Amino acid sequence: MALNPDIIQRWQNCKLLLLGGSAGSFKPIFNAVQTFSSNFNKVVLIVIHRKKNYLSDVENLFAHNSRILIREVNDKDCINNSTVYIAPPNYHTLIEKEMCFGLDVSEDVWYSKPSIDVSFESAAEVYKGHCTAVLFSGANQDGAQGLLKLRNAGSLTIAQNPAEAEMPEMPLAAININAAEYILDTKDILQLFKT
Amino acid sequence: MHDQFGTLSVEELFELIDIVKSIYGFDFSDYSKASLKRRVIRIMQMQKLNFYDLKHLLINDTAFFQKFLEEVTVNVTEMFRDPSFYKVLNNQVIPYLASYQHNKIWCAGCSSGEEVYSLMILLNEAGLRKKSFIYGTDINTNMLNEARKGIYSLRKIKSYAENYQLAGLSGSIIDHFTVLYEAATIHNELKQNTLFSVHNLVSDGVFNEFQLISCRNVFIYFEIKLQEHILELFYNSLAPLGFLCLGTKETIRSDYFRKKFKAVNLKENIYQKIGT
Repeated sequence: MALNPDIIQRWQNCKLLLLGGSAGSFKPIFNAVQTFSSNFNKVVLIVIHRKKNYLSDVENLFAHNSRILIREVNDKDCINNSTVYIAPPNYHTLIEKEMCFGLDVSEDVWYSKPSIDVSFESAAEVYKGHCTAVLFSGANQDGAQGLLKLRNAGSLTIAQNPAEAEMPEMPLAAININAAEYILDTKDILQLFKT
Repeated sequence: MHDQFGTLSVEELFELIDIVKSIYGFDFSDYSKASLKRRVIRIMQMQKLNFYDLKHLLINDTAFFQKFLEEVTVNVTEMFRDPSFYKVLNNQVIPYLASYQHNKIWCAGCSSGEEVYSLMILLNEAGLRKKSFIYGTDINTNMLNEARKGIYSLRKIKSYAENYQLAGLSGSIIDHFTVLYEAATIHNELKQNTLFSVHNLVSDGVFNEFQLISCRNVFIYFEIKLQEHILELFYNSLAPLGFLCLGTKETIRSDYFRKKFKAVNLKENIYQKIGT
């Protein structure tokens, strides 16, 4: 499937961009972040499954290669526009009605903390139909339920084409429950972010 | 909507908060709502309750409330969670504690005791066990009972082996436990100078004077107003130059409290009380 005016218009009108993924998602998400200019006028939240205790330097890697402000979420950080936030390891990241982030150390979801489902569901509650969410490569089904909640709330939901994903299970799980409104190749997703 | 389990509006959440406050005296009104709501929905899904069932049980069933209290608060904890914190504590704080005649430590929101015993192992390794005393407090009596027993599943303790090693401690975590089949019991000597009791950070006050207070990953469940109320309580519970340890992602934000606590290590959120 290629880009159409509906996708482009809804992307341009959205306030929050959610990028979720696990194994094999770092590269496409990294490339996505490179497409943003300093005044891209949206909030971005990245939720990637990460191992606790090891500073994978994800933030640094992103920050060094990007023109925009990137930070790992701290408890009760206000959500600022034109900023890329990264969910910290060993916490779930939630969004509060007061437009700040909340953290939680409760049970893993799909053996994962951060869980993509937790962040996506929380975003659906607060931002309703004003999100664009993309689920990338991964080896489990975290994120599918969250993506469905976002779709039901009227947000634009996209799954990376499983045929080109390093690990197809995560986007496939979302497609199987009809959570992804569009299935796109990474190059089209990056193209969309540039429009 | 209500025939479906696990749907809850913000108004309904506030109604439940009011019920719990008026009947049981536990005040959740300044808890972070996103997390609290998720916990309540989780209870509704697990027990197959709609909003009216839940309300009915909360009003009429005291035993149910105890279960509710336990599930609504997060009791997930690890031994040596954030090993880098324990490393910094060992290098930058333990030398101060070594210089005192006696150390009183408060572990606030201790859940099933893993953090209390992690601290006690650290003190023991530094040769400070006999002159230290750790108070562990929580609002859950069941969790406190678990903490007093100090018995954990062997599988769980083994999962903390990596934390222990990364914290820079010698030997292995299992050295501090007696293992019988699938149960690992913390050594008796590590239990000796500990006391576990009920304390509610929202409503209870100062109960002793401490050289160190550790309250990690508790503030994340509270709105900023309540966090500041508890910071005041901690300030008043600390001896001059006493230490306050918060979670890795929790910070002191207000100028008022930044003047009362000096940062010892900003990355690990370790602070020291200024003034008396």
